[in-house]
Parts: sequence; structure tokens; C-alpha cells
Amino acid sequence: MSKLKILTNGFIKENPVFVLVLGTCPTLAVTTSANNAIGMGLAAAFVIIMSNVMISLLRPVTPNEVRIPVFIVVIATFVSIVDYILQAYVPALAESLGIFIPLIVVNCIVLGRAEAFAGKNNVFDSFLDGVGMGIGFTFALLVISTVREILGSASYFGHKIPFLVGNEVLILVLAPGAFIVFGFTIATVRALQKK
Amino acid sequence: MAKKDSSFLKLVLSLTLITVVAAASLAAVYTVTKEPIEKSKLEKKNNAIQLVLPGFDAKKGTIEEKKVLMDGDVDSLTLYIAKMDNQFFGAAVETFTKKAFAGRFDIMIGFDKSGNILGTEVLKANETPGLGDKIDKKKSDFSIQFNGKNPSTMKLKVRKDGGDVDAITAATISSRAFCDAVDRANKAFQQVLVEYATPVTVDSTQTTTK
Repeated sequence: MSKLKILTNGFIKENPVFVLVLGTCPTLAVTTSANNAIGMGLAAAFVIIMSNVMISLLRPVTPNEVRIPVFIVVIATFVSIVDYILQAYVPALAESLGIFIPLIVVNCIVLGRAEAFAGKNNVFDSFLDGVGMGIGFTFALLVISTVREILGSASYFGHKIPFLVGNEVLILVLAPGAFIVFGFTIATVRALQKK
Repeated sequence: MAKKDSSFLKLVLSLTLITVVAAASLAAVYTVTKEPIEKSKLEKKNNAIQLVLPGFDAKKGTIEEKKVLMDGDVDSLTLYIAKMDNQFFGAAVETFTKKAFAGRFDIMIGFDKSGNILGTEVLKANETPGLGDKIDKKKSDFSIQFNGKNPSTMKLKVRKDGGDVDAITAATISSRAFCDAVDRANKAFQQVLVEYATPVTVDSTQTTTK
């Protein structure tokens, strides 16, 4: 696989949210606003990249039998680091993402990439895979949150959109709206892929 | 992944080593971020106190923390007793309700020395966006109706329940919960008020009865 292919793999062909349908819990929960989506996406991207690199580095000293515990320890460490940093320097974002930051630990995308890619490939390729997957995840969150925030709260990145105020489609910011938008986006992506 | 058979000792060793390194790096990050985290929490709290106690000048005054546990509650309320020039100014009460639509929310309410509500501030709430989240004064004027009112003359119930509070349209549960939180704060405030405010009239009656 060429380097470029590894990088773009996570963005389109194997987009973690739209194609692999992994990590749907945070995807549905935090996409009520674009700010949340970007914050969550970047936090998860950081964890994916760092854990991919670290797991790839640890490959020679990781016995096959205990690889899953090792993955979990590495991932949990990076998640805790992100959690501390967000709380310390961007408390407002930490508050609005709430429980979903600690929950990156159990995000299937991270463990999935560790098992499927970083555990088998060299450090640089794992890094590229992490970047691709991170961007793919952030992009997916941004697409869903764009629809939900504009139509559901009549604002974008927290800025009010005057001509939509008063016509908010309330259900879109609620849980059912998350599923509806998620479904339509997956359908659109699939349709585009078939072409 | 190393494919060769690993001995039990090797498994234990490698896992222990990796865990120790992870713990050490976490400890390092924790030490570095501990101070900023505490600072931002304190700042947020002080900000909220300032917002619900307009007119209170933190430079000239002191704030004393006091915990009060109400009957039937598991969690205690925190009262921030504000004094300016050694005079009792009022208190900011960190209160909560468990009757909210999303379970629980936390608000801070400021009382002046005679028990009038000065202001309210939402600290932590998970109410439905577009409906229940209007308890925040940034979203609607709902909470402003409490300002300047005294719970001794204002019935802390929504109009539907025979009270004096105008509920948020389509968010009666959140409105009721808000009243519950204000009521709880007021009761806690009345408890401590006895200690701090010693009106002259009460003293004189006591002396005459002696």
C-alpha cells in the first residue's frame, strides 16, 4: 500500500463512521453543535495518532498473548492525558463534551486501528493511518453536526443564522434527530461510493 | 507482533513494564495540569458568585464557605456567605434539583441580606436543547422573573400548580425543577441567615423579656 493510500484510506474508503460504522456512540451524542464535533474529533484524532504510534513502537516488546491489555493501557493513558489537558486549558469544551472524552477509551475506532493496523505495521505507516482515521472521524462528525446545528438550532459554530431563527427543527438536536441525520448521511455516502 | 511462544515470565514482565511507564507519564501530566484545572474551577465558581451577587465587590469583601445538608437530601448545598466591610451582604447558594427532565441540574442563586433573590446562574444542566435549556438566562427570560423577588412572598411553584412562577412553554418539568432548586436554596439560606443577620429589633425584644 502506498503512503498516500494509507493516509486517504480513513478519510473516504474506510471512513470510520460512514463506512466502518464504528464509534457511533460519541458520533450521535456530541454532534449537536459544530464546536463539539470539532473538539471531539480532534481529541479522538490525537488519541488515535498517539496510540497508533506508541503501539507500533511497542510491537517488538509486546507478546502476542497480552497485546489487548497493552493496547488498552496505552489508549487509556492517552485519553486521560487529553482529559486533563482539556480540563486545564479549555474547560468550556471539556464541560460540553463531558463524559464522552473519558469514553474515547472504549471507542472502537481506536482499538480497531490498534488491532487491525498499528499492531502489524511500522511506526510511520501507523502514524499516517492514525492521521487519516482522525481526520475521517472529525470530518464525519462535522458533516452530521453541520446539518443538526444549522437546521436544529439555527446557528453554526455558535453564531446565530438570522433567517432561520424561529424555524428550528427541534427534533434534529434531540436523540432521534441524531439517528435520522446519521442514517441519511450514510445513505448519501453509499450512493456516492457506488458511482 | 512477536509470533514466537512467550514464557509466562516474559508476559508478566512486559505488561508490568508498560503499565509502570504509562502510570509514570500519567502522573507527570497530572502534576502539570493540576494547578490550571483547580484554577479554572475556582475561577468559574468565583465568576458565578459575582454574577448572582451584583453589587458585591470581591476586593472589599470576604467569602466564607458553608455546607448545609437539608432534611431528606443526600448531597449538601454549598453556601458562599459574602461579607463586605465586615457587614453581612448576602449569600450565593449552590443548589440543585433532582426533579429535572434530565435527572439533575445545578444552579447558583444569590440572596441579599433580607432574602431577596438577586440573580440565578446555571452551573451544570443537561436539559433538552431548545426547551428545558431555557432555564439559562442566556436562552430565555424565564429565570429573570425571580430577580428581586422574595420567596417569603412569592409562591415557588409554576402557575399550573397554583404558584407565582410563569413556566417555560413546553418545559413544565424543567420549570418545576427550577422552582424546586430555588426553594431548596431558600430554605438553606434561611437556616444560616439566623446566624449572620441579627436584626436590632430581635435583640431588643429579647432584652425586654429578660
